[in-house]
Amino acid sequence: MSFDPILHPDTTLGKLLAMVVAILLFVGVMALVLFLTNVPKNMPSWGVAALFLLPSIALMCFGLLYPTIVTFRSSFYGRDGQEAVGLANYIKIFSDPHFLQVLLNTVLWTVLVPLCATAVGLLYAVLVDRTRFEKLAKSLVFLPMAISMVGAAIIWKFVYDQKIGLLSAIYLWFAHLFGSSDVQPPQWLMGAPGNTFLLILVMIWIEAGYAMTVLSAAIKAIPDDIVEAARLDGLNGRQQFFYMTIPLIRPSIVVVLTTVAMAGLKSFDVVRTMTAGNYGTSVIANEFYTQTFQYQNTGLGAALAVIMFIVVIPLIVFNVYQMKQSQEVR
Amino acid sequence: MSKKLTRREKALIRSKNKLSSPWASLLSIVIAVLWTVPTMGLLVTSFRQNRMAISTSGWWTSFAPSHWKDFGLGNYKAVLGGGYNLGSYFVNSFVITIPGVVIPITLALLAAYAFAWCKFPGRNVLFVAVFTLQVVPVQVTMIPLLTQYVNWGLNNTFWVLWLSHTIFGLPLAIFLLHNFMLDIPKELIEAAKMDGAGHVQIFLKVVLPLMVPAIASFAIFQFLWVWNDLLVALAFAGNTPATAPLTSRLSDMVGSRGSAWYLLAPGAFIAMIVPVAVFLLLQRYFVRGMLAGSVKG
Repeated sequence: MSFDPILHPDTTLGKLLAMVVAILLFVGVMALVLFLTNVPKNMPSWGVAALFLLPSIALMCFGLLYPTIVTFRSSFYGRDGQEAVGLANYIKIFSDPHFLQVLLNTVLWTVLVPLCATAVGLLYAVLVDRTRFEKLAKSLVFLPMAISMVGAAIIWKFVYDQKIGLLSAIYLWFAHLFGSSDVQPPQWLMGAPGNTFLLILVMIWIEAGYAMTVLSAAIKAIPDDIVEAARLDGLNGRQQFFYMTIPLIRPSIVVVLTTVAMAGLKSFDVVRTMTAGNYGTSVIANEFYTQTFQYQNTGLGAALAVIMFIVVIPLIVFNVYQMKQSQEVR
Repeated sequence: MSKKLTRREKALIRSKNKLSSPWASLLSIVIAVLWTVPTMGLLVTSFRQNRMAISTSGWWTSFAPSHWKDFGLGNYKAVLGGGYNLGSYFVNSFVITIPGVVIPITLALLAAYAFAWCKFPGRNVLFVAVFTLQVVPVQVTMIPLLTQYVNWGLNNTFWVLWLSHTIFGLPLAIFLLHNFMLDIPKELIEAAKMDGAGHVQIFLKVVLPLMVPAIASFAIFQFLWVWNDLLVALAFAGNTPATAPLTSRLSDMVGSRGSAWYLLAPGAFIAMIVPVAVFLLLQRYFVRGMLAGSVKG
């Protein structure tokens, strides 16, 4: 018997059928787990836990724990994973001008995206708070969150297009305004270092909606009597914002900053789709892909992944700590 | 005159206070426009059938009455049929996503139940360990996983995509669903135990119905990650119409046909329709999930 129709379906019907088979198989396994748990008369608590946890723990050991160990190991090996090279991969990343550029770009992404997205999100959340069009206004800024980053990259590639892009049109309009009528807009995405900032702008556009939603909820959670008291004390809008709103929602702001910083650090789709890392725009996540899958240099790719891993740890620890605090406040 | 103000009146007073400055209104409108116009540009372009005009003039020029005849569905027809065949990539996205959401959530529900309501030695240590696995970036796992998949002869199949999305979704799913599960009153579980219900009955008849909103909140996010994912698809799906999802195809088209706007614009919109519809229909759960922390950094 051949498994081919299930492994490599080639028609729409075949694909849907494979999907149904997979789901049925999964349901069968789950039913078996529940059945096994239910059969013994006095199943001890730890027995239930063991059966309920087994599938998840096994999958995570296979797919997360074990690969992490292997990747750490191969980051000390050469391109084909055979020859031990010590720290050579890391030394290369921290000395080669190309990789230094990659690291610098990654730092820019990890710092600018959270700062700008949070600033815009906070400002917008305050501005539209309790206005008549609040719901619609929020949906507009929020929508990019639902769009794939590939989709967002295409949307913005179109804005940055030299011939038909909105940015070029604005550039020409300004050029005409200042009297120079015979100019060409630049190739926006090919000129370093400006192109990195244009890519970062796309990510800010995506993440601002997240910042706005979380911060808006935090603002709404400020008790009415505090707002009333601030008003009676004669604070104007700006003072309220700086002396009341910001201190009260500080934990939420930190959660947003760290969450978006992680997204900035790991950003891959936008760079991959818009420039593929060319013209000096590469970041660490994209470089990992290029080194591993295009140059087959697994050692270097592993070292890049390990660096990402190490940078992400303090961010996530801080994030979780703050998230706990902000939820206690709420 | 010591009548208490209603909430609505208070809100009115406050909103008046806040937006008394026309600059504030102006600023919020500017942001809203900046966040909307790029998407609108692509939407308008996707309906401009005149390929010559698309690649030489800005989309806003098509609003001139003399250009109205250019609007139509031609681009959508071109991109769905013919050599581009986005339709079959759309099917792939769908086939990848459904099990990629159902499987990890089901597994995580069982695990979260065990962590929340079963006493066993080492529970806290194990929970922290699962939680810690969230820090592992997908990139770190890729090469070893791919090696394994190739050894099994399963690379470039839907099966490894389902498996990968399940694995990558599990740590956060367990953590969040566990948090939601702890919100269920202890008394309910105890009462069910008193009535002689075993863990399986409690799980199916008490916990699961109460978890529906939480499941919905997380499912939306898992759905969006899987549907919108590019990295996992590029690494494990192979760039063929047999398994690759829309995102991977679109990213590829940008690289190879970078200025073919008549293909990219409708393509991007076809990829967007499903997540945007989900978002608009289930916005309430979306916000809820976001506040609970279901955003992968």
